[in-house]
Amino acid sequence: MAQDKAQTETNGLMGWVDARLPVTSFVKAHLTEYYAPKNFNFWYFFGSLALLILVLQIVTGIFLTMHYKPDAQQAFASVEYIMRDVFGGNIIRYMHSTGASMFFVVIYLHMFRGIIYGSYRTPRELIWLFGVGIFLVLMGEAFFGYLLPWGQMSYWGAQVIVNLFATIPFIGPDLSEWLRGDYLISDATLNRFFAFHVIALPFVLAGLVAVHLVALHEVGSNNPDGIEIKAKKDKKTGIPLDGIPFHPYYTVKDLVGVVVFLIVFASILFFAPEMGGYFIEANNFIPADPLKTPAHIAPVWYFTPYYSILRAVPPIMNSQFPGVAAMGLSVMVFALLPWLDKSPVKSIRYRGALYKRWLAAFVVSFLILGYLGTVPSNVWGQFGSWLGSADRATVVARFFTAVYFLFFILMPWYTAKDKTKPVPERVVG
Amino acid sequence: MKMSNMNKSNMKKLFTLLAFLPLVALASESEITVKAPIDPTNKESLQRGAHTFINYCLNCHSAKYMRYNRLVDIGFTEKQIKDNLLFAGEKVGDTMQVSIDPVEAKKWFGVTPPDLSVEVRARGADWVYAYMRGFYRDSTTPTGWNNTVYPKVAMPHVLYELQGEQALNHETHQLELVKPGKLTPSEYNTFVADLTNYMAYMAEPGKQSRKHMGWWVLLFLGVLLVLAKKIKAEYWKDIK
Amino acid sequence: MSDNKIDKKHVSNNSSSNDSLSSSELSFSAPSAVNQQKRNFLIAATAGVGALGAAAVAVPFVGSMLPSERAKAAGAPVEVDISKIQPGTMMTAEWRGQPVWIINRTDEMTAELAKHDDELSDPNCEVAQQPAYCKNAGRSIKPNIAVVVGICTHLGCSPTEKLQAGGDMGENWTGGFFCPCHGSKFDLAGRVFKGSPAPINLVVPPYQYLSETTVLIGDDTKAEA
Repeated sequence: MAQDKAQTETNGLMGWVDARLPVTSFVKAHLTEYYAPKNFNFWYFFGSLALLILVLQIVTGIFLTMHYKPDAQQAFASVEYIMRDVFGGNIIRYMHSTGASMFFVVIYLHMFRGIIYGSYRTPRELIWLFGVGIFLVLMGEAFFGYLLPWGQMSYWGAQVIVNLFATIPFIGPDLSEWLRGDYLISDATLNRFFAFHVIALPFVLAGLVAVHLVALHEVGSNNPDGIEIKAKKDKKTGIPLDGIPFHPYYTVKDLVGVVVFLIVFASILFFAPEMGGYFIEANNFIPADPLKTPAHIAPVWYFTPYYSILRAVPPIMNSQFPGVAAMGLSVMVFALLPWLDKSPVKSIRYRGALYKRWLAAFVVSFLILGYLGTVPSNVWGQFGSWLGSADRATVVARFFTAVYFLFFILMPWYTAKDKTKPVPERVVG
Repeated sequence: MKMSNMNKSNMKKLFTLLAFLPLVALASESEITVKAPIDPTNKESLQRGAHTFINYCLNCHSAKYMRYNRLVDIGFTEKQIKDNLLFAGEKVGDTMQVSIDPVEAKKWFGVTPPDLSVEVRARGADWVYAYMRGFYRDSTTPTGWNNTVYPKVAMPHVLYELQGEQALNHETHQLELVKPGKLTPSEYNTFVADLTNYMAYMAEPGKQSRKHMGWWVLLFLGVLLVLAKKIKAEYWKDIK
Repeated sequence: MSDNKIDKKHVSNNSSSNDSLSSSELSFSAPSAVNQQKRNFLIAATAGVGALGAAAVAVPFVGSMLPSERAKAAGAPVEVDISKIQPGTMMTAEWRGQPVWIINRTDEMTAELAKHDDELSDPNCEVAQQPAYCKNAGRSIKPNIAVVVGICTHLGCSPTEKLQAGGDMGENWTGGFFCPCHGSKFDLAGRVFKGSPAPINLVVPPYQYLSETTVLIGDDTKAEA
């Protein structure tokens, strides 16, 4: 980018600023002369949308913090105070709660894009790793933030998840006590979760997003064909032949995506902010009660695939730890993708049937596990005594948990063996 | 180390609990098939419900997040609120506090009557409607009352003078009116529907205005979408 | 998305100019002059509508920092029974967390108010520190009963009552208030004496009489019938 700065000559006020702060050269390097592949499709909207939601969550969060009280005696009441007594408070609160769920919708689609077009492959491994980091921090944000309304789901959700750490051999019990700062989820826990939610993790998140983008702009975007556009450059200008300036072409295109997203977002926010109990749960309108567990507790929808995996793995030697470890692994395993995929091609467009079948099996597993995590494990009744009267849903969850992990474990084998199609030299659209 | 041992056993309990939760869940999910006949835009119904709530429920239950002067939403004037709805010494800006002392209440009922501000959001309007119609005589309970949707509930049937007394037919599992009250069954249903309607409003007073606002937002976004698509199409003419 | 349909054949339509990029193999070419006009219009229109939307979105955020319903309820008008205030004494009520003085002035005190106009910064209350109906000799609805917010207009301390003439305030003191923070002096109508750090008279809040002996502080609108 150094030569960009040398070429940049501005005068007047802009010249004065540019001599002191590289504004114009920054805009050029990252917008007007940042060349992105011209064949981005639907799946490429979700990166910019994720950034939009991040900003939205930070802004709404700041305003909620002005009224919220991180105090076990006052937290629940302060949320109702925001909903009723603060002008516009209900809108800001619903923006934040809807934004939380939509963040995961967008991130999941963004990750799926990365998977189908091989965006994690060389030279983009670091982008992918930072992305997995963002995903993990986001899960932390969601978990810490979910305690703050101090309703029954907040309380018991935190109780269960903190207790997951207690299953870790040797250090577990002390670890979970340390996390809580008490012998139960209490005011001390609420206070520290608040600190993590509003200060610590947002900082980490912003930093990770920054390096995610810096790394992206260093190597350039992948595209639906999985071709490196930098390989074919214009001889005179050095501009990639299949590249177009990010601004104005992708700014105006992303604008369309943003407006469509906002229509979906507003439809939820204004007409169904609870989203049938998936975004805001009914039980969370009962203040936290340490003496009474609600009848049916399940995590928020975006955690349910992993929760299903936790439930599916049976205790071994009287310890729940294997289930907890499997759950942790099911999230962390995404980080290994760049090294598991041995295919000569990146994009699903040029992959063979073998890979496509495995990917389809993975997607189906993810969705079914996600569904099963929202319902009680006896939802489909029991098998007959010939199968030990096991819950049908548990057996199904075990099967799909196996598929989920096999997708990753067998990846080096089936991606290498897969019959791929020849990749064109230039993008085809 | 003693502490962590205790934790371990707590944890085991928790996991046992988790394993059995689904069963508990299914058992307690009583089938509420009747939809509450409520209309959040019917202000007369909401006002009748507000009167009922304040006269009957507010004696034992608070609605401490609800301000009286918010009731202008459903068509009351501040003067009406002051003259007809407030208890002595209250101001229109006050929240709906309970007249009974919580400690006394716990002595009488065994539990402190819960705050009802967001009850409908926690349980649903259909549940409240079914609950208020689900009381029946049962000599085995301390209050002499039982409820089909909330078995062994600590609350007695406050509206029995209006509804009369029901009994549970143990063969058909249906409720039967054995002693009529001041209201006919259909009048009572309307009475409870009004109350439910009000409680649904009270659970989220901003709901109607939020929906109203939503249409304007969508209209605006529709216009913006047309513009965004035009501008995108215009620029993308450049792309080969 | 419809991008795939973007015409690959009609490139020549747009690539008119002397722009060096347009003749190359690049995937994009600069617009013609006609297009630029349309583009500028579309950008202006979208930016205008977008700014409108941004302003609308700002409403709940800016509004959320206004006093909430709870604050408004706490700052609601207060009713004060004034029947117990003896002539020549005062009481302090609380309205919006501020001290509001209600002074029952004797006839001598009321008469004194007209005699020291030349010592006051604003004897005729030209600065709107009081409702219009209190812009009179006693700055009050009833001549003997004064209602004044007891917050010094200098830096917000609450002045001390020195109702009686003379005393530790010196021979020339005709009764009023003295601010302990920076020595501002006010008369029994809350008007500031010249030479005080306080620039203007004390505030008279909106108020009304609900009955002979009850004052409603904070609300001067007639109750609806």
